[in-house]
Amino acid sequence: MIKLTINGKMTELEVSEDMPLLWALRDVAKLTGSKYGCGKGICGACTVHIDGQAMRSCITPTSYAQGKSITTIEGLSEQGDHPVQKAWLKHNVAQCGYCQTGQIMSASALLAQNNNPSDEDINNAMAGNICRCGTYPRIRAAIKDAAKTQEASS
Amino acid sequence: MIKKLSRRKFLQSTGLASGSLMLGVQFSPALAQSDEPFNFKPDVFVSMDESGQVTIISHRSEMGQGIRSTLPLLVADELEADWNRVTVKQALGDVKYGSQNTDGSRSVRKNYQKLKEAGAIMRTMLQQAAAQVWSVDASHVTIKNHQAKYQNQVMDFKDLVKVASKLSVPERSTLRLKTEAEQRYVGQPDMANIDGHEIVTGKAMYGFDVDIEDMKVAVIARPPVVFGKVKSYDAVDTIKVPGVLKVIEMPTLKPPAGFNMLGGLAVVAENTWAAIQGREKLKIEWDHGTNASYSTQDHEAVFIKALENPKEVVRNRGDIAAAKESATKTITAEYHVAGLAHATMEPPAATARVTQIDGKQVVEVWACTQTPQTAQNNVMGVMNIPKENAADVKINVTLLGGGFGRKSKPDYVAEAAYLANETNMAVKVLWTREDEIRHGYYHSPSYQKLTGTLDEKNRVSSWYHAMVNHPIGATFDPAAKTAGSTDLGQADMMFDVPNIKIALGETDTFMRIGWVRSVTNINNVFAASSFVDELAHVAGQDSKDFLLELIGKDRTEDFAADGFKYSNYGEPAEQYPAETSRLKNVIKLAAEKANWTTDLPDGTGMGIAAWRSFLSYIAVVVKVSTDGNKVKIEGVHMAVDAGKILNPDRVKSQMEGSAIFGASLAFYGEITAKNGIIEQGNFNDYQMSRINQIPDIHTHIVKSDAIPTGVGEPGLPPFAPALCNAIFAANGQRHRRLPLKYLNLI
Repeated sequence: MIKLTINGKMTELEVSEDMPLLWALRDVAKLTGSKYGCGKGICGACTVHIDGQAMRSCITPTSYAQGKSITTIEGLSEQGDHPVQKAWLKHNVAQCGYCQTGQIMSASALLAQNNNPSDEDINNAMAGNICRCGTYPRIRAAIKDAAKTQEASS
Repeated sequence: MIKKLSRRKFLQSTGLASGSLMLGVQFSPALAQSDEPFNFKPDVFVSMDESGQVTIISHRSEMGQGIRSTLPLLVADELEADWNRVTVKQALGDVKYGSQNTDGSRSVRKNYQKLKEAGAIMRTMLQQAAAQVWSVDASHVTIKNHQAKYQNQVMDFKDLVKVASKLSVPERSTLRLKTEAEQRYVGQPDMANIDGHEIVTGKAMYGFDVDIEDMKVAVIARPPVVFGKVKSYDAVDTIKVPGVLKVIEMPTLKPPAGFNMLGGLAVVAENTWAAIQGREKLKIEWDHGTNASYSTQDHEAVFIKALENPKEVVRNRGDIAAAKESATKTITAEYHVAGLAHATMEPPAATARVTQIDGKQVVEVWACTQTPQTAQNNVMGVMNIPKENAADVKINVTLLGGGFGRKSKPDYVAEAAYLANETNMAVKVLWTREDEIRHGYYHSPSYQKLTGTLDEKNRVSSWYHAMVNHPIGATFDPAAKTAGSTDLGQADMMFDVPNIKIALGETDTFMRIGWVRSVTNINNVFAASSFVDELAHVAGQDSKDFLLELIGKDRTEDFAADGFKYSNYGEPAEQYPAETSRLKNVIKLAAEKANWTTDLPDGTGMGIAAWRSFLSYIAVVVKVSTDGNKVKIEGVHMAVDAGKILNPDRVKSQMEGSAIFGASLAFYGEITAKNGIIEQGNFNDYQMSRINQIPDIHTHIVKSDAIPTGVGEPGLPPFAPALCNAIFAANGQRHRRLPLKYLNLI
């Protein structure tokens, strides 16, 4: 039994300790917004926040999350109106959309720490997230836009 | 701007619910037989309930091309519906919709007319209904934005729908279709992705996300070599893994591969992790079969020999031997493009459940499939279900996390149905990344030889292009040896050259070959468009001017005159002629927008390539800078003529995606086999381009009145040659083999 907080809710998951957090979230907690892409931490589709840090849930054992606070895409905002989500819609970023929840989690973690990221900052934070459809230019534009909105509202 | 669908409507529209909600309820055939509420449905694609809410069927699969956000616009626009009162519903696989096979960049061109008509049928009937109510001639009634108007009287569609439903459905030939000027949604630049909100909130449902009551998860250990089989196995440790329920032997695959299951051993478990762990603990002795003789590296010699001795000439004009004799210069170059995997971000996944309802066997499937009808046939084949019972095999289409042709091959759907039937359980089959990379339907490695001659005025006097690859045909007929498909990027070339010979070699095939986005255009256009640049260089001319000159005067290309039976992507040449003016136009547009110049500092260069594929005309200009083996893509300009444009933003996104897909295959795309076993397995050894490597991509759309054509694939073929031509312009290095293994994309 692993106790952790998921999207603000104390949760107990009955899973083996070595089960990657991704499968615990998807199969047990029934939160399927975090995606499987590689199982090796090299594509970023499974990105969640663990105590505020963007991490790859597919290579993070659930036991690591014991006592920690996890935010998934489902908990990023109440109404889907986080500045990053809004910017994603404004720029019509998604094509197939499969990798986008991971992209958004990486981008929102970046903006939480850096409200005015340069191209290089964006590259560093986002190069771990693959998009096969090819939405990179729009992701870059949306992050810059979200940074502006975030700055204006803070 | 389009209003988004509510969450509730989305659930209705896909039949899928997130988390532990039981989506099975909505699809239970027993419930479906209960009294249906009122529904005015004059056409299979559009219906209206008594509140005036319109439901438009999306019968094509959404895999990122935006088809769910595009085709319904046509219907709603023609109907004069208020977009806020429209729900888009994903269709089950059913022949009543016509082909649902979402590949070949053909959703728009194949459905444009009939979807406009579907909207017009309903509009016409509502107009007639209003005319009846007001006792006036229908010609006096105006229909606009969900309302009928006559003088100062106004009625909402909801107040007309019952009257309309009693009228006879008009003949299609009598319909008045809206003109372009009358359109409200079609062609608007900022139409939102209909699934956008669900995507950014993580609620969008893909094949991987399906969750039905008491569902189990299966992963399969497939034979490492195609047509291999399990010789013996030991599953003792597998069964010990907590959560593992069963190990099931899959039927052995026999040629032809087709869309059949690959065989192997399936591990069925309570959850994904248990299934994966259980599979790792299987001890399997494989009989690899005869394809174990194949190694990509060794087969290169076979390919090259075949290339030197082509067996079939598919297009012939003049006499290339004579041209050679009178030529001032003869240039020959050989090109190679490696094998490729689809690498959809979401690997294949399918869920199936078999139930008995009133003594009838019903199979329900949820899958990320590009082709629900083929999936349906495949399931019927696996379960020996006769054709007349097709309605009892219900294929629900989820969103697809990428397709690129992989998900039009429903082997994985058959696996789910087989396992559900064998276990009497609802089973979701998931492919891991390694499964996807190692058990694909690959784009074949290819070898090509081009020879061109220049006359005394440096004009191209002959063009020879030979190609050999493992043909897709071999997947369906093991006897197929002749390289394919020449129609895609080779024999369909539109160069004005007096002597032409296009030839194909033969070889055997040892793996499953399939179509990957733009198919053989990838390798053919790479070779042909690189070679044009090589000829331009020898001729001492500007590459762009040389290309325009080579295409020559305005004309409709007459392939038949050269004895070439060009398929024209299955469309009549009279309706979709190959027009050189349109090809030249996109070249000029891309060059102009990119500020085309050869006057750049050392280490910086521009390259250009253009092709007509999938009936659309695309030109690409790439600018690069190089530093030793480092390459940086500085800018990309793409010009596209795809006829009338329905959804400009999604056209742009397809061009952006094509360029980035092209960058991945140009720098990294290489699938190889050793002893029949694929050597790559994940994104570490089958890499993708990343955000830091990709600049902004500028798309320029030609305003055209031509019949609309597709954009999912044609942006890809010219990218890699434009890139390599740019590298040549930058540093004088000519790259004739993809991927560019010795270069480093920064």
